[in-house]
Amino acid sequence: MGLLTDIRDSITRAVDRLFAGSEPKRIGIYGPPNAGKTTLANRIASDWAETEMGTESHIPHETRRATREENIEIERDGKTVTIDIVDTPGVTTKVDYKEFLEHDMDKEEAIQRSREATEGVAEAMHWLREDVDGVIYVLDSTTDPFTQVNTMLIGIIESKRLPVLIFANKTDLDEANVTRIENAFPQHETVPLSALEGDNMDSVYQKIAEYFG
Amino acid sequence: MAGTSSANGVQIDLVSGSRMDALTSMEKIRMILDGVRAGNIVILEEGLTPEEETKLIEVTMAEISPDEFDGIEVETYPQPERGGGGLLSRLIGPDRPKKLTVIGPANQIETLHKDESLISALVSRQ
Repeated sequence: MGLLTDIRDSITRAVDRLFAGSEPKRIGIYGPPNAGKTTLANRIASDWAETEMGTESHIPHETRRATREENIEIERDGKTVTIDIVDTPGVTTKVDYKEFLEHDMDKEEAIQRSREATEGVAEAMHWLREDVDGVIYVLDSTTDPFTQVNTMLIGIIESKRLPVLIFANKTDLDEANVTRIENAFPQHETVPLSALEGDNMDSVYQKIAEYFG
Repeated sequence: MAGTSSANGVQIDLVSGSRMDALTSMEKIRMILDGVRAGNIVILEEGLTPEEETKLIEVTMAEISPDEFDGIEVETYPQPERGGGGLLSRLIGPDRPKKLTVIGPANQIETLHKDESLISALVSRQ
């Protein structure tokens, strides 16, 4: 019974992918530094591929290289959606190494981190211009979403006509304000979640399947 | 455009849309960053396209240097509606950006307030 079920499931998945008719879509996880992008990427990768994608940290610019996890199969409503997830460094227009000195780093270490951070931001922009098919835009729902970087990036994503979902992360914190994010970008669907606690991940996967399947 | 901020004040360059139209994307970015790195505030009458904005971020990142250049601060009014994705907008593409854009050195300009009709910023000398 188990074997037959497994074979049937394998055939169903193969047929689904055959009729999907294309390579897995590359979905970029974008957003400002410290929005929880890597926490989300790790949550998705551990839920569906039993792996992790990066190191989570409260220090800005912990992720300084884009990393891709291929062929993540998300099952929803009896169908399997296969995507590649690209976790990208947080995008900003400025990097001051002195910010890192506040996180127990010496000057040399802080300068090195700032150099890597600037390279990472440039890399993230390159991916956005050339190599992603859709975007998950992650925002920290405890902070003001009306920033120039957010406005600029959402404008860039819209100009490329990429499908985009906005994830209002960190809803486990008392100061979270999802409505503020919904009001900032009313033209896009906002999904509240806590990637750290795993709250509302069913809705997250439902929307990923709907938008990027 | 070639001047630099003096010890007594901050130079502001107001750049018309027609002047920007005559430049290639890279020339626009060079003009902006040369001005900002000289300590000037650059105000663009019509802004940049989204593609040019990605390049501006990339080139800015490449030029950041410890104790010398921390990057830029950018402010624009929110983008106008793009025609709701109707047939016409799909055929002719997104509207021209036409959004007043203020760009300055990150260590000299601080946004105090921003809404649909007002950008209030504090500009300090280097």
